[in-house]
Amino acid sequence: MNVINRKRELVNEFSPMLEKAGSAFKIWTGFLIVIIVIGLYALVLQFQKGHEITGMRDNVVWGIYIINFIFFVGLSYSGAFIAGILHFFKTPWKNSVLRIVEIITVLSLIVGPIFILLCIGKLDRLHYLFLYPRIQSPITWDIIVIITDLIGCFIYLLLTFVPDFAILRDSEDLRIANWRKKLYKFLALGYRDTKDQRKRLKKITRTMSAMIIAMAIVAYTVLAWIFSLTVQPGWNSSIFATYFIIAGLYSGVGVIIISMYVIRRVYKLEKYIRKVHFIGAGIILLVLSLLFGYFTFSEYFPRWFSHKIYDVSLLKDLFSRYFWEFVLANYLGVLIPIAILSVKKFRKIKWITFAAVIAVLGLWLNRYLIVVPTLENPFVPIQDTRPEFIHYSSTWIEWSLSFAGIAAFFLLFTLLLKFVPIIPIQGIIDTERKQEKNDKKKFKFLAE
Amino acid sequence: MPSNSKNSANRRKFLKLGLLSSVSAVAGASILSDFDAEEQFKASGEKIKVLTPDGKIVEVDASNINKYPEALITPAESRKGIPNRKFVMVIDLARCKNARACVEKCQKAHKLDFHEEFMKIQLIRDNEEAIPYWFPKPCYHCDEPPCVTVCPTGATFKRDDNIVLVDNERCIGCKFCITSCPYSARLFNWGHKEKFDDISQPYSPETGIPAAEGTVMKCDFCPDLLRQGELPHCAKACPMGVIYFGDKNEDIVTNGEETVRFSQLINDRGGYRYLEHLGTKPNVYYLPAVNRQFPLERGFNVDENIIERYEDVPYVKKLKKLGKI
Repeated sequence: MNVINRKRELVNEFSPMLEKAGSAFKIWTGFLIVIIVIGLYALVLQFQKGHEITGMRDNVVWGIYIINFIFFVGLSYSGAFIAGILHFFKTPWKNSVLRIVEIITVLSLIVGPIFILLCIGKLDRLHYLFLYPRIQSPITWDIIVIITDLIGCFIYLLLTFVPDFAILRDSEDLRIANWRKKLYKFLALGYRDTKDQRKRLKKITRTMSAMIIAMAIVAYTVLAWIFSLTVQPGWNSSIFATYFIIAGLYSGVGVIIISMYVIRRVYKLEKYIRKVHFIGAGIILLVLSLLFGYFTFSEYFPRWFSHKIYDVSLLKDLFSRYFWEFVLANYLGVLIPIAILSVKKFRKIKWITFAAVIAVLGLWLNRYLIVVPTLENPFVPIQDTRPEFIHYSSTWIEWSLSFAGIAAFFLLFTLLLKFVPIIPIQGIIDTERKQEKNDKKKFKFLAE
Repeated sequence: MPSNSKNSANRRKFLKLGLLSSVSAVAGASILSDFDAEEQFKASGEKIKVLTPDGKIVEVDASNINKYPEALITPAESRKGIPNRKFVMVIDLARCKNARACVEKCQKAHKLDFHEEFMKIQLIRDNEEAIPYWFPKPCYHCDEPPCVTVCPTGATFKRDDNIVLVDNERCIGCKFCITSCPYSARLFNWGHKEKFDDISQPYSPETGIPAAEGTVMKCDFCPDLLRQGELPHCAKACPMGVIYFGDKNEDIVTNGEETVRFSQLINDRGGYRYLEHLGTKPNVYYLPAVNRQFPLERGFNVDENIIERYEDVPYVKKLKKLGKI
């Protein structure tokens, strides 16, 4: 196999994705930017008028901002986990999905923490966290692990990008702006794809992939502890960290399936992202939905069975005021994916994607039910006449900022896909090279 | 700022002499009433006798004591606490009739709005058979305060004298303390208010004035008054003598009328702490609502808006039906 020719071939194949910006691309990014601008307007309003214009009040002091925070950090964590496992165990079909997973990991870790900043009353004092840190506060732990995780994920993402940056740097007939060529050159870190370099890069990437699995688990555990280390009835649970880890994986695999579906459709990558990927991911989602359902049941059942009064008042709320949300999140959000994925006949790309959508929406609602009803049911009963202090209802400010966060995630994703090929070129070559080697071996064996 | 430094010098001088506290004196109530009449000490050079914590009577220039209200306790100084004190509060539920004098006085002193209450009066019912009772709820200034543990910047802190304070110049407004307090003792300033701009009185965590947007506030046991040997505003204001306040080190509490031994009061009257099982070790004790001095209905002699708060309590519905409220 002539590697240089094959590289040129592949660059040519992916160049439309990298080179020109079509009208669909422009409309899509324009749409996302509009949503982000609306969000920014809401942010300005929140700065000017204070948190009064959100739905948060003295009892429910954290609203959908923190739910989005948990959700996005969960995505990132599960992305890191899955990417690490795919890489570490040399899964044969990993190449086509690996980059999607890695991009999700980093982008959601950039978007997630923005939401926690929106909860903070005095943003101008954020540096106090470093000026007067107190190590016994779980928030300090969270800051340490999120920063570590972010740096680790960035390094890992760069490592996986390096060979492709080198290929793009060397493809002179690629019609792109000069600054991009320079950037590729800089980011390729002098990689020349020599045997020695290849070996070294593989070794570092493998080490990093193991490390980000560990970092991801620590990061999400600490996030769960923000809740479970308090004495509040709905939060003070010893299984919370593991429950969060399973739930994070559940939503993460869901988002990966949805991204696979969209990217496959938009960029016509049926050749690379095949049904086998969807079935593989679908079966992982099935296992996770069973686990998630089991954990959810284990979380609520003892509370109901032992019926301590504070648990009872929380459960009462969940089964009356939040009845439909509870059913959607914890029954349908688990049972529909199980029903679809466990029947072989339904294991088609469309159905698997539908199951993933249900899982992701259900999981977001599940987070809502963990945060809000607990805060609405404190130990000391709320005796107040102001409705907004008794029950939380999010305002348009919070929603537009939430959608702006999601739009920012999509926008960064879209822009990144203009910058790097979604299917790792080097990965394709490596796979083919290995195949060739195997064929040769087989041939030799037969000849003998 | 020469005047300021003079003030703090005076205060230090006084601290050296030991603190005058009404509860440290045997005749607590009488000295307390003396302190209410501040003008008495205006004459400079006048000597008065005070009792130090180690039991000595010393003479002090009256002007030294008088400087207290104006003396600014800076955020750094407020972290130390008043030496040799372990403040404690006892609330006698049998006497409370929801007169709300404590709430109103506290709100006035801390410049709080109508709905902002450091002291909240809850209507609590222990079980289905029991008649509810009025339950004044300040901050419990716990010995194992969950709010202090979770604060990432040390904006809320526990002092040696048992008091838990908030320094709103350090607070970043993450609200983690609010979610971790099982007693809902904390309030957040959600928006800007005109009163925050009033800087005629420099900020001190001991007064909590002026409050600031985007920060947390709560009951502070009025350390500014304690430094002057006075009772907190709520204890002073209560017409029924519900709220006893004092020093655990000296084993004495007073409600301004009678001064009693703290341990004896707790033992004789079956004192307890709210939600003891949570392990927060509050420094506010309750005397159970037995042999009540007032029927519950007397507590509904308040603003209609306040009555509405308690409408979800089943017993209140019953009373309403009977036309007793």
